[in-house]
Amino acid sequence: MRMLQYDFMQNAFAATFIVACVAGTIGYFMVLRGQTFAGHAMSHVGFAGATGAVLLGVSPLLGLTLFTMTAGLGIGLLGERAQGRDVAIGIVLSLSLGLGLLFLNFYTAFAGQATTLLFGNILGVGRSTLWLMLAIGLVALLALGAIARPLIFCSLQPELAEAKGVSPRAIGTVFMLLVSLAVAESVQVVGILLVFTLMVAPAATAMHLSSRVTTAVALSVLLALAEAWLGLVLAYYTNWPTSFWITFIGAACYLMAWGLSRQLRTAR
Amino acid sequence: MTAISFKSVTLGHGRRRTLEKASFEVAPGDFIGLLGANGAGKTTLLRSLLGLLPPIEGAIEVMGSRPSRGNRRIGYVPQIHRAFSELHLIGRDLLVGSVAGLRFGWPFSIGADQRDVGRVLDLVEGTSLAQRPISSLSGGERQRLLIAQALLGRPSMLLLDEPLVSLDPNHQMGVVELVRRVQKEFGMTVVFSSHELTPLLGSIDGVLYLGHRSVALGAVDDVITAECLSRLYNAPIEVVRAGGRIFVVAAGEVRPGGHAHAPV
Repeated sequence: MRMLQYDFMQNAFAATFIVACVAGTIGYFMVLRGQTFAGHAMSHVGFAGATGAVLLGVSPLLGLTLFTMTAGLGIGLLGERAQGRDVAIGIVLSLSLGLGLLFLNFYTAFAGQATTLLFGNILGVGRSTLWLMLAIGLVALLALGAIARPLIFCSLQPELAEAKGVSPRAIGTVFMLLVSLAVAESVQVVGILLVFTLMVAPAATAMHLSSRVTTAVALSVLLALAEAWLGLVLAYYTNWPTSFWITFIGAACYLMAWGLSRQLRTAR
Repeated sequence: MTAISFKSVTLGHGRRRTLEKASFEVAPGDFIGLLGANGAGKTTLLRSLLGLLPPIEGAIEVMGSRPSRGNRRIGYVPQIHRAFSELHLIGRDLLVGSVAGLRFGWPFSIGADQRDVGRVLDLVEGTSLAQRPISSLSGGERQRLLIAQALLGRPSMLLLDEPLVSLDPNHQMGVVELVRRVQKEFGMTVVFSSHELTPLLGSIDGVLYLGHRSVALGAVDDVITAECLSRLYNAPIEVVRAGGRIFVVAAGEVRPGGHAHAPV
């Protein structure tokens, strides 16, 4: 494996490992709760944060995380009132992208920054970013571990959970904050426009393959990891963008799992 | 001690009132059918018993104390929504999740949870259907699972919110009979909401009829009468009995068994 001799490849493999663990796990709960669009929305809001940070000379990951967390908190606190507000959400999304574009316009020194943020550049992740990603990932996974049980209950039966004294609103808000962390991490690999491919595709695939919670979460992480690492290897040999390969493998896996579960259902 | 007591209770959200100065008492161990048209406030009344909606006025008591969220003595079957029916998850995990979900932590269940889930699944004869994904179950099987879930922790009162909606008559009977059986076995008080009376006839001890912001409680023969319903709705209503079913005739129109906007 000659590619592992390069520093940037080592960093890339380590970074995708962290992201796969976080996105695969949190993505499963996102799909279970039917909140995939929330993740998409957060990443767009994050664009303004990341470009703003670049302009101020701070780490884009920090700016991104700060903005996705704010968006996550907002969505969480709005709760069900945010549902069906497609127009309002859409306007906030476009405004964020527009702001990001404006910030990039002021920051003329580095034109490649836009593509990096929008589509990801995993090969450009440095050691310091890697450590920050590890810290964010650990916080997200530990917090998820703490709330996983009530989260599952609230996701499946919110009315019952409320009657039993669990607060679906509080749990949902904490979860949205965790999604925002996972989004910020995923952006490092596949960029703002493609977070779906790591956060939703593996989780949705896993859900087709298993109807048990723990099995499906494990599968979701393994799939995310396999997609990301295979994408890296293919990118190394073809010199095509890593993000393209990850989206391609993600879509292929989902299609196969969908076909498989359909076959199983008709065979029954 | 009464199971449920309402003293001059007003319920509602915002400016809307679904109940005004209503008083009634339900005796322990009774199977009560909570009837009323859609939007009459059946869910609101159940939520007030669960402590999720404080009364605007008056006093509510449930088994001797004020309603409070998380009352372990009440089992609750909420109305099913569509997303639930498309769940790629086995029923057993749903039930285990609803016990384990009361504590923080990663979803590994403990032995006591598993045993209680096993017990309630046996009670409803649902052990094998709980191994299948919820998306593959029929409406009647889903209700059986939810009734089992409501029995977790051995409650002394069951509240069921429209469990018969979108079931065919056969499955409706199955659900009512199951609830009646476990109610008798454990001596539970049951409040069973429905907008149709027919499937409940013969199983219930009484009806609690909601209409026009007031209630009438009593035996079917006392409440489902022209006088009582006319008083409740403040409009002329007739009741016709034929072939073991009860028809409510409102404003010169016959509506069998009572659907959607019909009074029964």
